[in-house]
Amino acid sequence: MNKSIIEVDALVKDFHVGEVTVHALKGVSLKIEAGEFVAIMGASGSGKSTMLNILGCLDKPSSGNYYLDSVPVAGLNKNELAELRNHKLGFVFQSYNLLSRTSALENVELPLFYNKDVRPKERRERAVAALEAVGLADRMKHMPNQLSGGQQQRVAIARSLVNDPVVILADEATGNLDTRTSYEIMALFQELNEKGKTIVFVTHEPDIARFTKRNLIFRDGKLIRELTVADQYSARELLKSMPPTNDYD
Amino acid sequence: MNYSNLFRIALNALTRNKFRSFLTMLGVIIGVASVIAMLGIGQGSKKSIQDSVSGMGANMIMVFPASQQRGGVSLGNTTAKALTLDDVKAVEAGCPSVQWVSPEVRGSGQAVVGNENKPTTIYGVDLDYLNIKMITVKSGRVFNESEIKTSAKVCLLGKTVVTELFGANADPVGSTIRFKNIPFRVIGILSEKGQSQFGQDQDDVILAPYTTIQKRVLAITYIQGIYTSAISEAASPQAVTEIEAVLRTQHKLKEGDKNDFEVRSQEELVSTFSSISNVLTVLLGAIAGISLLVGGIGIMNIMYVSVTERTREIGLRMSIGGKGADILMQFLTESTLISVVGGILGIALGIGSSMLLGKLMNWPIAIMPQAVILSFLVCTVIGVFFGWYPARKAANLDPIDALRYE
Repeated sequence: MNKSIIEVDALVKDFHVGEVTVHALKGVSLKIEAGEFVAIMGASGSGKSTMLNILGCLDKPSSGNYYLDSVPVAGLNKNELAELRNHKLGFVFQSYNLLSRTSALENVELPLFYNKDVRPKERRERAVAALEAVGLADRMKHMPNQLSGGQQQRVAIARSLVNDPVVILADEATGNLDTRTSYEIMALFQELNEKGKTIVFVTHEPDIARFTKRNLIFRDGKLIRELTVADQYSARELLKSMPPTNDYD
Repeated sequence: MNYSNLFRIALNALTRNKFRSFLTMLGVIIGVASVIAMLGIGQGSKKSIQDSVSGMGANMIMVFPASQQRGGVSLGNTTAKALTLDDVKAVEAGCPSVQWVSPEVRGSGQAVVGNENKPTTIYGVDLDYLNIKMITVKSGRVFNESEIKTSAKVCLLGKTVVTELFGANADPVGSTIRFKNIPFRVIGILSEKGQSQFGQDQDDVILAPYTTIQKRVLAITYIQGIYTSAISEAASPQAVTEIEAVLRTQHKLKEGDKNDFEVRSQEELVSTFSSISNVLTVLLGAIAGISLLVGGIGIMNIMYVSVTERTREIGLRMSIGGKGADILMQFLTESTLISVVGGILGIALGIGSSMLLGKLMNWPIAIMPQAVILSFLVCTVIGVFFGWYPARKAANLDPIDALRYE
């Protein structure tokens, strides 16, 4: 379990807004190994979103090195980055970003459309498997507007799983959900992590970060503190202790 | 990304917005349909003019006296007395490309039978006239040489004259009509010819020997026109040249003198009318083409709206591995699909509506395969062309901005 999935070395990111240069990241080095469940934390403007964009190969650092699954990302062009995202990364967004009027199954299939090695039959099978893994086996034909927020986020998680990524990047994945549903989603993430998935979770909520194994705390574009969560919350246990509701099964 | 995936994605995107896709398509549908229908109408009218002109005798060449002027006032060509029977003989003898020749004299007046009467025109002609104008006799017989020689008071009646004077189903062969108080014995009835392309009733005629009309009706020695026909349609221009040469000699015109006669060939008439309806076709086609263009701009407009509206979708597609080229191709495929499907529906609608129009309005319609192919190609090109810009815009979006777009 000591293979580095993400290795970042002296990462700098500057934005040029007119004549002003904003230093979003001021030399960040970190390492995330396979099977970890890491939370990146920080207030707005701390650089955590920039960090996530770079980790997600959506943006390129101004300087410094980034190795994703041993691939040096810095030298890649746009198309190579897109391919890397398609093969090695899974994204989960705060606002789900599901295609409207498109069934859950088709939404989950979407990443595989951009992988020319996956045949239609395999595409369908893998999407079904991913939806089963997030507990939505009976909602495959449903449209996003027929699903609750939690269910929509589950579909989004299934979509991030379908290409079997080396790491799942979640950006405030529970930000739009109520507490109970947040815990359910965290329970799902914990379950996936137990099965060996590496997860990087960006959040500003300390209590959500308690569900992860390690927290990286950013401030002013710097990684100021790293701590291992000593008493990791189990979302499943917490859910059991919560009063039952009629909202979900 | 392989093409079938691309196609699926584009198709999914379009079916997500069925009504909008259809409305966008409608512009192309109407554009293509109107191109096909308009060109069909233009081409149909051209063809029908050509048909009816050749139905009157495609090889026909007419000679009229040139219009005269007196004191600067044109008197028209009916007062001229330039043509004579000698001219007819000269044309008969001197023009190898001419097959038939007939003089023509005509008088207008009331035809009277009992207490029925009708204003009509009596044409004095030779026997060749029937061949030239492709007139056949339905019942009775044509007058013969000796009747021409003796200026016999015999005549052939057109269908309209028969109907108005004797009733629709009458066969008046053997009865007598009066024209300008001269009794004519009806010896034959002409087959129906219907309307000419000018809307003139070609059955509203009485034919009689030219000698009879010259001497007994009009009391003139000149003739009012010479009808001839060339040996073939191709020989028509040659025949016109020959006739002009013969008549110039006959009329002793010096070089540089203006012709005192006019030669008009049916072939010229055909090309005149063809060029008129060509202009019409081009005009109609241009208007329809503009509507096709507007349809294309409609596609562009909707695609622009669609790109803006789907910015987050584009961001998502990029984040899960869609390359700029994939996004470009997706939007290009969408716009091409709209225009191609719209084009196919437009072709169907265009052909259908022009056929319906042809049936209901009794218009001649000729669907041009070139118009169908052309408008289809044009609308495909329009789809690609007008889809390109919005698609480029989509492909050049930054995934981070696109994902955060509200």
